[in-house]
Amino acid sequence: MAMPAADIEALIRAALPDAEVEITDLAGDGDHYSARVVSEAFRGKSPVQRHKIVYQALGGRMGGELHALQLKTEVPN
Amino acid sequence: MSEAHSRIAEIVKANPVVLFMKGTPLFPQCGFSSRAVAILDHLGVTYESVDVLQDMEIRQGIKEYSEWPTIPQLYVKGEFVGGSDIMMEMFEAGELQDVLAG
Repeated sequence: MAMPAADIEALIRAALPDAEVEITDLAGDGDHYSARVVSEAFRGKSPVQRHKIVYQALGGRMGGELHALQLKTEVPN
Repeated sequence: MSEAHSRIAEIVKANPVVLFMKGTPLFPQCGFSSRAVAILDHLGVTYESVDVLQDMEIRQGIKEYSEWPTIPQLYVKGEFVGGSDIMMEMFEAGELQDVLAG
């Protein structure tokens, strides 16, 4: 099971329109990614809440279709 | 509460630090679980580990229990702390040490 990086980025942007999204395909297999997401939506949120926002944007694909996504969340400076 | 959820609740209540992971601390079966173990071992923390690959009920149940879709999952004093990315982020910020010591 694999998912193109562009799809991941599109899903995150659809949920967080202001987000700056950087996706890296870690293994070149379309299955192991890291993502850096910068959004105002994360301000004042705990790490768990921030990651849940991104997981929700991915609409249940995380842990299924999308096996491995290393996630780094930040608020804009 | 489902059977799986009550079992999980008991485990996280009985042990101050619990890592739900794939494999065991000696033989982690996934890079993310391996990273979580490395962080806890580096901090010299005593923790209980649960191999979700040995228990399908827990493997599915833990994701609903925490509303978190992936494994590993770290619990301290019954509270869900996060997965391996959050553990690393908190470790680098010195916050994980505080949570574990508190």
